Amino acid sequence: MGIKIEKIDKNLIAYIDGDIDHHSAKDIREQIDIEIKNYLPSKLILDFKNVSFMDSSGIGLVMGRYKSMKSIDGGIQLKNLSSHISKVMKLAGIEKILKITNI
Amino acid sequence: MKNLLNEVKLIIPSRSSNESFARTAITCFFAQLDPTLEEVADIKTAVSEAVTNSIVHGYKNEIGNIYIQGKIFENNEIYIKIKDKGCGIPDINQALEPLFTTCTTGERAGLGFAVMQSFMDRLRVFSSLDKGTTVILSKKLSSKKNID
Repeated sequence: MGIKIEKIDKNLIAYIDGDIDHHSAKDIREQIDIEIKNYLPSKLILDFKNVSFMDSSGIGLVMGRYKSMKSIDGGIQLKNLSSHISKVMKLAGIEKILKITNI
Repeated sequence: MKNLLNEVKLIIPSRSSNESFARTAITCFFAQLDPTLEEVADIKTAVSEAVTNSIVHGYKNEIGNIYIQGKIFENNEIYIKIKDKGCGIPDINQALEPLFTTCTTGERAGLGFAVMQSFMDRLRVFSSLDKGTTVILSKKLSSKKNID
């Protein structure tokens, strides 16, 4: 459970681990926001490879970070979404506004 | 009336640390029907949304009990009731609108009911101010396994 953050070039990569729900989203969000503030990346990459469960709190997490990256003229990319996570994201139409990759 | 085959009841205090337990425990109860992985994820997500609503909205400034009931009927029909005795919803139709949220920080998507609606076959919401809210989720599982 938790998050590992890597900085490569001007990218911030956040590897999220465990469940994303209302309870865990607060910590994940705070840790990513501290790094965005300190590092001012041009792109934030959220990696969901090790996310075992996600409810709509994950949509709030992504939309909130999308806004913070936009405010510093940066972008956001989602990576390695399972079919369940994609299904939740699709409800919010997230795939239409964000880049999603599986590499 | 449909035949009730099995049931479970859970009472938990509205602490956010119980969200994970609640959705996992109720989903485990339905494991006896041998649901598909997708059905497991659907049930888990819908229950997580309902329990989170009770914690975040129902018992906004207090800790109260959340009553969860799971039932299995014949033909693999499942029923889940999530009830709180919190503040209630002033306008249910407005609350059911996708993207409607009372959250002002921008961190809640307002999609809780939309998730419950799309991941389960049926969603019913009953609420009265200062008395609480009851959410009833039901779904027919594709499982061919029948329990006795």
